[in-house]
Amino acid sequence: MTFLVDHIYYIGCFGLILIGMYIILAKSNLIKVIIGLSILDTGVNLLLIAIGYINGGTAPIFSRPGIEANGMVDPVPQALVLTAIVIGVAVLALALSLAIRLYRHYGTLNLRKIKGQKW
Amino acid sequence: MRKFLAIVLLLILAVGIAQSIGKIPFGTSKTKVGRYYIDNGVEETGATNIVTSVVVNYRGFDTLGEVTVLFVAALGLGAVLALKKKKQENDELERASLVLTSGCKFLFPFILLFGSYIFIHGHLTPGGGFQGGAVIASAFLLIYLGCRERKINENGAKAIESLSGLLFVVIGLIGLAVGGYFLLNYLPKGIPNTLFSAGIIPIIYIAIGFKVGAELTGIIDNLMEAED
Repeated sequence: MTFLVDHIYYIGCFGLILIGMYIILAKSNLIKVIIGLSILDTGVNLLLIAIGYINGGTAPIFSRPGIEANGMVDPVPQALVLTAIVIGVAVLALALSLAIRLYRHYGTLNLRKIKGQKW
Repeated sequence: MRKFLAIVLLLILAVGIAQSIGKIPFGTSKTKVGRYYIDNGVEETGATNIVTSVVVNYRGFDTLGEVTVLFVAALGLGAVLALKKKKQENDELERASLVLTSGCKFLFPFILLFGSYIFIHGHLTPGGGFQGGAVIASAFLLIYLGCRERKINENGAKAIESLSGLLFVVIGLIGLAVGGYFLLNYLPKGIPNTLFSAGIIPIIYIAIGFKVGAELTGIIDNLMEAED
């Protein structure tokens, strides 16, 4: 129980990652697979942010003179996630455009029905 | 069968993950690099937003790579969707209601203003080039959805995108010429917490804001044209 309380954020993040992986593995509709990819991406980003958290921490911005540096959360994972979100959006856009092309070419989005697709 | 196999595989994975995350304590300070950035970031870069100083100054190469990834994705999306470009002028589009159309037109400049505010104040407040660019692209998405006959000038969007990307690289190359390494912060740092501070960071974020805004608008444009 104490494990659950201490690591609730990690468990949530890995839950999202596992849900995304399950969707990618088990679903056959291409749009659903792309949604799974997006959920997985969100889980990874949340995990990175959760690892950088410090108890009672504030955002790493010196917006007022009185703010002390001690209580700030780690800025490095936030910068990493900023990069990762943009890359995730780029991959999502490209995957959606490929889905549009596939639908035009085959007339279906079911991955089992697309010819030459062993998956 | 397939779902059962997937669940078994994921259960094995979950047990392994549970073993490993039990070792990572939650809520304690873990890195020394982050501590260094917080302690010295304001003097070294002039930006009070430490995340901005990490993204644009300490790890500027990451941002350059990120901008490149977005550019390549937009280019690839255009190439994938542009092959079938007959584009009959579809006049049969159902017009939106007057309330929606006027509402979109009314909100458009405000959203543009707010997006510009976000990327100009990237070194002082939360946000920055990518966030501001996304807000600006959302304004264009509103116009695309609300007033369906409106179009952006594609060549203009491509020119803005390329020129602002070029501006980013040129600022970095000037750093190479002036002080010895790429993306050096060579402009005066100014007084922290004022608009004209932090050297090259605001200029780079303005370039990124324009670039991301134009790129996401181009992606929206391509995807809207793709529908049959």
